[in-house]
Amino acid sequence: MADYSATPFVGKTFGVTLDKLNKSFDRLAVLKNVSLEVRPGEIFVIMGPSGSGKSVLLKHVAGLEQPTSGRVLIGDHDASDPKTRERVHLALVFQAGALFNSLTAYDNLALYPREHRLCNEAGIRERVMRALQILSLEKAADKFPGELSGGMRKRVAIARALVMEPELLLYDEPTSELDPVMSATIAEIIATMRDHTAVTSIVVSHDRDLALGIADRMAVLMDGRIRAIGKPAEFRQTTDPAIANFLNPTIDLKHPRFRQLENDYE
Amino acid sequence: MKQLHAILEGIGNTVLLAVRSGRYLNTLPRQFPRFIDQCYQIGYSTMPIVTILSFFIGSVLALQSGYSMSNFGAKQFIGSLVGLSMARELGPVMVAILVTGRVGSAITAELASMKVYQEVDALVTMNIPPERILVLPRLAAVLVMMPVLTTVANLCGWYGGALICKYTGFISVEPDSYFATLKRFMEMKDIWDGLIKAEVFGFAVVLVCCNTGLSTRGGPREIGAAVTRAVVISLILILVLDYFVTKALL
Repeated sequence: MADYSATPFVGKTFGVTLDKLNKSFDRLAVLKNVSLEVRPGEIFVIMGPSGSGKSVLLKHVAGLEQPTSGRVLIGDHDASDPKTRERVHLALVFQAGALFNSLTAYDNLALYPREHRLCNEAGIRERVMRALQILSLEKAADKFPGELSGGMRKRVAIARALVMEPELLLYDEPTSELDPVMSATIAEIIATMRDHTAVTSIVVSHDRDLALGIADRMAVLMDGRIRAIGKPAEFRQTTDPAIANFLNPTIDLKHPRFRQLENDYE
Repeated sequence: MKQLHAILEGIGNTVLLAVRSGRYLNTLPRQFPRFIDQCYQIGYSTMPIVTILSFFIGSVLALQSGYSMSNFGAKQFIGSLVGLSMARELGPVMVAILVTGRVGSAITAELASMKVYQEVDALVTMNIPPERILVLPRLAAVLVMMPVLTTVANLCGWYGGALICKYTGFISVEPDSYFATLKRFMEMKDIWDGLIKAEVFGFAVVLVCCNTGLSTRGGPREIGAAVTRAVVISLILILVLDYFVTKALL
């Protein structure tokens, strides 16, 4: 078999700007005046507790949600405008993979170039096999998503994103539900993807090791607001008690947190 | 007020879905494999149940009308009654109901599951409109298959009636006589009207089922609720449309 991994994808890359982004569902405010800037070509990790609005924020960047107010710009293009998806090659790696269950891994990857008629079947095959080879998935090509393990599904989802030759790559919880070794593997893949493609990557994750290990910069989102933005080294030495507690939680059996959570609802 | 808003929103979304799908009509030739697959699902897979049910509906219709009409010596008109009833009303309505149960529910379940598991969102981020690859081939397939299914239903119903007329003692109408009255009192317009109704019903059912599936929000539990909703709306819609289309065609 040809060594497809030798040819990296290199295309344009875009920065992302969130400008006073607000989002409410009915009366529940999920994002509150969020502003941040992701520079072209960097890996930007957004961390935060469950329910803090990370995935909703990512959906705004992907154009899957409309802001209540404020805006999201990809380069100079408004993310909420459907035409932006024609101008910017954007790929989102979903938390659960969102692979098409009725298609094999190969056909999942081939769907994008086929539907956009980017090349003939031989070209599509080369493109798909190259992505599968980068992620060591050649043997899974003919398998259906239901036949793959959780880690393999995530890798196929990343490979599918890679086939799109994205200019902006978004990851939603790429290491959730994976064992520590597979989590580290996925983190390595994300960093390698950037090296292969120079693509801007925004990663939403709970995974502290991933964030501190591969992020160029990171932000912590709490209760719908940006609590801090900086380089991983700055977060390691943070003096903010909420962030320190989030990044280095200790198990306190005498004063369990769930009791506190219970009280919060009262 | 909230329910009225939801109903109007549902109608608006369904119409919009039809318009959006129509925009991609030029992509249909290169979606030929998907179209054929949908024709198989909608047509070929539904054919056995349509054949069996329409045969027995024609039979029962002949039996009931034979029982009543033999009392006042009009049993020679059974052929025309069964023929017209099947062609103008029972054929298209019954096929539409079967398509709702057999195909519409499956469409809603599949699309709702794709929506819940973010496969539809994945298509959107890949700049592949879901209307183009998920809705359009189904609408095209149902428009092609409904006349075929309705014609088969009509034929099976007519032959079911003929069989009952011949072998039921108190009716005893020969097939020649049965089909002679069927031909005498029927025109091609009756057949065409039935086929037009079938087209309208099939298009409406698939559109409603696609829209309900693609509008599903929440978790896996919502998939079942969406299927129930789609089937109920489709059945009501078939009967409401039946009145208006019949009135328009008369």
